[in-house]
Amino acid sequence: MSNPSIVVSSVTKRFGSFVAVNNLDLKIEGSKCVGFLGPNGAGKTTTLKVLVDMIFPDAGECFLNGVSVRRERKRALGACGVLIESPEIYPSLTPNEALGMVGELRGLSPSERKRRTEEVLAEVKMSEWGDKKFGKFSKGMKQRLNIAAALVHDPQILMLDEPATGLDPRGMTEVRDIVRGLKRRQRLVFMSSHILSEVTDVCDEVALIDRGRLLFYDTLENVTSRFARGQASIDVSFRRPLTDDERTKAVPSLAGVEQVETLDPRRLRLRFSGGLETQERILEALVGLHLGVVGFQESNSALEEIYLSQIQKGD
Amino acid sequence: MPATSTTDPLPTGAVPVPPSLEQVVILARYQLRDYLRARRFLILFALVVAIGAIVTIVVAHYRPAGIIDSASGLYGSLWGGGVPFVIVLAAVFFGGDAIAGEFQNKTGYFLMGLPVRRATVYAGKYIAAFLASLAIVVVFALIILGNAVVYLGPDAFVGSLALSFLLAVVYLMAVLGVTFLFSSLFKVSTYGTILTAILFLFGFSLLQTLVQVLADTTPWFVISYAQSVIGAVLSDNCFTQPGTHDCTSGGFSQTVTNPTVPEGVAIMVAYFLVTALVGLVRFEREEFS
Repeated sequence: MSNPSIVVSSVTKRFGSFVAVNNLDLKIEGSKCVGFLGPNGAGKTTTLKVLVDMIFPDAGECFLNGVSVRRERKRALGACGVLIESPEIYPSLTPNEALGMVGELRGLSPSERKRRTEEVLAEVKMSEWGDKKFGKFSKGMKQRLNIAAALVHDPQILMLDEPATGLDPRGMTEVRDIVRGLKRRQRLVFMSSHILSEVTDVCDEVALIDRGRLLFYDTLENVTSRFARGQASIDVSFRRPLTDDERTKAVPSLAGVEQVETLDPRRLRLRFSGGLETQERILEALVGLHLGVVGFQESNSALEEIYLSQIQKGD
Repeated sequence: MPATSTTDPLPTGAVPVPPSLEQVVILARYQLRDYLRARRFLILFALVVAIGAIVTIVVAHYRPAGIIDSASGLYGSLWGGGVPFVIVLAAVFFGGDAIAGEFQNKTGYFLMGLPVRRATVYAGKYIAAFLASLAIVVVFALIILGNAVVYLGPDAFVGSLALSFLLAVVYLMAVLGVTFLFSSLFKVSTYGTILTAILFLFGFSLLQTLVQVLADTTPWFVISYAQSVIGAVLSDNCFTQPGTHDCTSGGFSQTVTNPTVPEGVAIMVAYFLVTALVGLVRFEREEFS
């Protein structure tokens, strides 16, 4: 089987005088997760909708696995799972029925439908709700079932628009686990998100769009090294508030620390270069200062700062 | 930009997607299930049963000779007079939000992510709405038939009733076609519903009268004119029978023109075909923005 692929070829979409997507080119190929980032109104959802033929481009064309979405919608979407705009499902149907309908429309046999319905309901932790009507579900439950519907035929390509919308923290974690599982099964996941930590956590590559134009598309590592110039950061938590001297003199003087930012009196963000070895040395030295270090974590700020700097550059 | 090479088209998935016709049947089946379980079906069912009950009680109480003495009188008045109203009600209930609701309720975003053609969705929903409406029409028919059995006994079953029922089915197709067209014109279901109700309950009748009185022309293009064949085939009254007749009443002779059965069917089928086609084209072009 060839690699799954998503191709957006010179797509422009206007709504009246507003250009939502401006001559966008994007080619994604292979088994991976690609995060699609951009501020509100940047054109993320519009691009995804053009990709699944919900809206029609004024110029350009999209291809899924080499099949034109506009000319052969049915064939192009056959291998895709889609979740866009937190859709609703007919309220009188149950999850078992709705997933059965999706499976039937996608050509699964009755036994496959039953098996896959049970599997995906278990995957989104909704097994016990299989026979309840949709009308009674919360927004988060509906979103879980939308994710289940996108997965029911074990798609080769999965396109998700803000999949964490409406989900509680546990649900968000589960979505990440699902995406990781899909990557392990050689699937291509294209996911728009506002949650940069989520993108950092599960995505291999990121595409940033602003005002309908693609600002960059590259691997997360390349983006970080290209735009952050190899700099990384960690957030450190302390048992007690630090004194001014500790914050402004003791910590900044540690070998390898390039910049210190006070997040609050008990938390600092340390920037450094030099990778994991430098990080290890800094943490050892910090503990040696006996300032009451109680925790640390890698900061998600790298992608966030790149995101903000690139968006601001466009303003 | 990583990974930029173009690939050969892949097989579209592990399993081939069923043909569109099969998908129409699948969609219609699930949509019908949704309709039959929905509160609106129960409401409409109760409404039609209530209408039937009122008719039954009124006829039983007053026992009007023109109605209970003959099959033509009973069916012409109760069935011919009532079923067009029931059909419009059913079409509004099941078709009013059929397409607009896909946008308004966001259920369309669920369907449009699937490998189905828009025409498949339109046809599947139309068939489901048609079958749900037909179920309601059958309920009404059974109530009227029950009355007929009580008053007419073995003479209750007449061939013209079957013909009238078939004409009612054709009328239902046309009304639903118009309803689906209006539903596809708006993204808010209320507009299409109200427009359909107004047109079929007042608009077309008013237009028919205006054309007949002011222009002195046969209103062959108005569906309410065509719809009159449903009751006309049951009638033994010269003024309402299908076709053109010289009728006398109170010493005055008058030439009356009513649609013949083929004319009525042709007009209703034309309404169905044109509205279904325009509605479908409209839905094909509508964006889920």
